[in-house]
Amino acid sequence: MIEAFFFYVFAAMTVLAGAGVVLARNTMYSVMWLIFCFFNAAALFFMLDAEFLGIILILVYVGAVMVLFMFVVMMLEVNKARLREGFLQYLPTGGMIALMLLIELIGASSSGVFDNEKVAAVGHLGAEVNNTVEIGKVLYTQYLLSFEIAAVILLIALVGAIVLTLRSRDDVKYQNISKQVNVRKEDRMKTVKVKS
Amino acid sequence: MIGLSDYLVVAACLFSLGVVGLFLNRKNVITILMCVELILLAVNINFVAFSHYMQDLGGQIFVFFVLTIAASEVAVGLAILVAYYRTRRSIEVEDMNSLQG
Repeated sequence: MIEAFFFYVFAAMTVLAGAGVVLARNTMYSVMWLIFCFFNAAALFFMLDAEFLGIILILVYVGAVMVLFMFVVMMLEVNKARLREGFLQYLPTGGMIALMLLIELIGASSSGVFDNEKVAAVGHLGAEVNNTVEIGKVLYTQYLLSFEIAAVILLIALVGAIVLTLRSRDDVKYQNISKQVNVRKEDRMKTVKVKS
Repeated sequence: MIGLSDYLVVAACLFSLGVVGLFLNRKNVITILMCVELILLAVNINFVAFSHYMQDLGGQIFVFFVLTIAASEVAVGLAILVAYYRTRRSIEVEDMNSLQG
């Protein structure tokens, strides 16, 4: 009973925060709503016995990705007044497509296919089951290759983000140490014969 | 008793909100990236719900990979956005038409 209560609270908060992301006037508020949404989704993950992923969602998403979003929103000067132009222009098409999608998805998920007796009998795991250990056992054996590919993709994204934002500035004067060390006498000094 | 379909309905709502956000916020690229995050979160909730109710840990492993890919997507996307803003001084979608024929 109390589980159902908490599920409805967290689910309502998640959907509300999702609506806030879409409808917020200020981009900064959208980021805040998305952070709230991630917290509530992490709570839903906890209720589904996925403790490790809930913690990862908070640590990686709220702690790293959303902070990155915040940095970029603060760094870029976005004109707030112009942003709302044409808001209603796309509402009929977009709203209709999303509504059809919603009806289809809810119809499919509540059609009873997913509510058979095998699924309904699933209870919660006991306190002796360690979710992190179980994930580690599968991740480092059966999914080892995918795990390493994911690591390589992260490395490529890291290098790509640095390469994209790096710019060589010509207007600053900085020392080039190797150039200074490697300079020869002939480069700098010139002997001039002065007529006496 | 909370069943699998309840979680699927929550994920469906989030997914539709993400899609409607893609359509509505045609001005700001950052909001579009956030809507993609919302869609991926809906997919993750589906994965975890199925993983729990099917008693199969593979779903949670896939959420792990989805999170990885989403993080790298955000990093590269925001880097492109910053580089674009430096040259154009604007991140509005309507101004991004230099590739139009």
